[in-house]
Amino acid sequence: MLGRLGLDAFKHGFVVMGGVATMLAAILVVVGALFYFKRWKWLWNNWLTSLDPKKIGIMYILVATIMLLRGGADALMLRTQQAVSVGSNNGFLSADHFQQIFSAHGTLMIFFVAMGFIFGLLNLIVPLQIGSRDVAFPFLNSLSFWLYAAGVALVSLSLAVGEFSAAGWLAYPPLSGIAYSPGVGVDYWIWSLQIAGLGSLLSGVNFLVTIIKMRAPGMTLMKMPIFVWTALGSMVLVIFAFPILTATLTMLSLDRTLGMHFFTSDFGGNPMMYINLIWAWGHPEVYILILPAFGVFSEVVATFSRKRLFGYKSMVYAIAAITFLSFTVWLHHFFTMGAGADVNAFFGIMTAVIAVPTGVKVFNWLFTMYRGRIRITNSIRWFLGFVVTFTLGGVMGVLMSVPAIDFQAHNSLFLVAHFHTMIIGGVLFGYFAAFNYWFPKFAGFKLNERLGRYSFWCWLVGFLLAFTPLYILGIMGATRRLNHYDASLGWQWLFIVAAVGVVVIGLGVAFQLLQIGYSIFKRHENRVGSDPWDGRTLEWATPTPIPVYNFAIIPTVTERDAFWESKRSPVAPAKVRYEDIWMPKNSGAGIIIAGFAFVLGFAIIWHIWWLAVIGLIGAITTGIIRTNNEDSEYLIPAAEVERIETEARAKRELYA
Amino acid sequence: MTQAIPSTDVTKTEFGFWIYLMTDLILFATLFATYAVLKNNTFGGPGGHELFNMPFVLTETMLLLTSSYTSGLGILAAHRLDKRKVLLWFGITALLGLAFVSMELYEFHHLYVEGNSWRRSGFLSAFFTLVGTHGLHISIGLLWMTTLLVKVYRKGLSTATIRKLSLLSMFWHFLDVVWIFIFTIVYLIGVA
Repeated sequence: MLGRLGLDAFKHGFVVMGGVATMLAAILVVVGALFYFKRWKWLWNNWLTSLDPKKIGIMYILVATIMLLRGGADALMLRTQQAVSVGSNNGFLSADHFQQIFSAHGTLMIFFVAMGFIFGLLNLIVPLQIGSRDVAFPFLNSLSFWLYAAGVALVSLSLAVGEFSAAGWLAYPPLSGIAYSPGVGVDYWIWSLQIAGLGSLLSGVNFLVTIIKMRAPGMTLMKMPIFVWTALGSMVLVIFAFPILTATLTMLSLDRTLGMHFFTSDFGGNPMMYINLIWAWGHPEVYILILPAFGVFSEVVATFSRKRLFGYKSMVYAIAAITFLSFTVWLHHFFTMGAGADVNAFFGIMTAVIAVPTGVKVFNWLFTMYRGRIRITNSIRWFLGFVVTFTLGGVMGVLMSVPAIDFQAHNSLFLVAHFHTMIIGGVLFGYFAAFNYWFPKFAGFKLNERLGRYSFWCWLVGFLLAFTPLYILGIMGATRRLNHYDASLGWQWLFIVAAVGVVVIGLGVAFQLLQIGYSIFKRHENRVGSDPWDGRTLEWATPTPIPVYNFAIIPTVTERDAFWESKRSPVAPAKVRYEDIWMPKNSGAGIIIAGFAFVLGFAIIWHIWWLAVIGLIGAITTGIIRTNNEDSEYLIPAAEVERIETEARAKRELYA
Repeated sequence: MTQAIPSTDVTKTEFGFWIYLMTDLILFATLFATYAVLKNNTFGGPGGHELFNMPFVLTETMLLLTSSYTSGLGILAAHRLDKRKVLLWFGITALLGLAFVSMELYEFHHLYVEGNSWRRSGFLSAFFTLVGTHGLHISIGLLWMTTLLVKVYRKGLSTATIRKLSLLSMFWHFLDVVWIFIFTIVYLIGVA
């Protein structure tokens, strides 16, 4: 009746129980508050069923932030264990638990933090920057978010019910096969990624169509803001790469549940094929994450240098080159596979080549700052921190592109330090810059500068403390994923420095949370108008708060940096005639379908087949009902638009 | 503005659907690549030339190709707003699709009872998954076709239903193209 699910699934050690208790307490507080303040209906109508990309974007970022805290707690546990678990001391985590934690840390940070931030940012910014009222498929957008949330729910549930994968964040077979991982951990990994990945794929299609088909009149491709270009590159990669992930996870799942032999080491299976396939997705994934961060920096640097972006065209070509080349480097993740000198040489050279367009971009940003009138704000601080860390990390990457060197660094902490430099110093710093930059557009008030500055310095110093020792340890021969080592190796002090670094980063996170809380508390003193930074692109042309339809009148674009140009050569405002606007109605189908998908995933993980059938039929039926719903839009009359716009104009003059 | 609902933008939906088809194509490409790698990994079990019954598979192929043709006739009828013909031609398409899926299931069942299931070898895992994924797509197409035909039968042809019919027809042709590759790479090369 309940498949593999029994009382054992709820028995955990002390550390996990603490985690479960924290999670339950957080859920209880939220649910209690909703009852106490009678906000259920408000939540349902204003947020959960909303098809407005601005709200969906905020929900993405909220969920991703919670996951960041959880993934960060994992990191803290890993580094604490490594700082103390030496010689006769075995630390506070069992080997199996340690493996689950590093698997969860990687999975959470890539799939549920970085991807969540990306799609949140795209939802918030892309429609505004291209002068559009919405994305191409508003309902699909909501469904994508809820599938992502269902993945988050599954991965979180694994903490309380059963266990998580102990096979690393990419679950290499044969270890992740049923013979060596007979429990439910790998299945939790597969199905949370499968469901969230489907959401990512749908989002990829959605934003590609949005960018190609819904730009404001006059905005040719070469007049698009660079952030939109990077979003386009990133979405092309999603479209090409995510189906590979879907297929690969399906095959791993078939191996585990139906006894197939794709990746087993007997019966003619081929484990190395999995590693090829997963990296054929995985390497483009790295660029899916970093490209939008590049876009953010391009906007931030131009705005705060009060200059046009240097080398717009070369920037576009660099994005296109990276998009293409990112599919030609995957084998550098396993030079040690033994594909032979020729194959390794090809992928080594391609890996070095992909650094060239990236270098072009760094120079373009620096030349944009050159002779600009630079304002040092927190966004620009994150950018400067990024230039230092990302360039260092990039150089280490080029170093490892030489197969002979990679043989030494393979699976060592040197590699771990390298990719954390790219993901933290590149991707995360980018999203923090974006957060400080665009926050006032959506909130109506600025974030506190001083607390932001503290958080930046904690992050930067903490980051260097945490990862410089790992480069050294890697060269000294320390491999990744060690839960214990011998005292005679002399590694302990470096691991202690790294652990201190994680604590300093934690301090940075605390300052960020404090910054947000304090800024909300003091919001009446920090209120700003619709264009607080003297922005260049169309999102700053909308009123704040942004009306649901974004633009009452779709702007006509003649130049790059359309808003900047319109501010420089103001045209006398003619008497505008507003028109009726159709917007999509709310829909609960997204959350319901994702709910059924969650049930389906849970049922397959635990082999509860009748429940899986219910989940599948429920999802399909809801989908059919939704597609047959023809009454999916509502009208905002011209008079109402005029009222909103007049109010917004009055407010804008107040802050001008 | 006189235009009623601007979001019924044909090009947007069709373009999005094309992109979706491309993602599906990459999914199949991954399965084809896997099949190519595992093709000879029979682990002492039977290979393609011992298992495949070519006249049977050719019949399947002809059924599917014919169904693509009849779905095209259905679309032509839809553009002439001929509801009866739309139901007729798409009805035939659905029957042909159903026959195809039934034959495939028969083939799978036959292999299974002979002891050549997907557990037998890496080759058979790849075979069942690649061909089965196509069959699953056909089944989803049949489900979609059924709901759409019920709608056409009840409410008649409208701009919205005609557009959905043409998306369905694109999907159907797409699956036909994928089948041609399965027929060639799995069956024809398999028995060669």
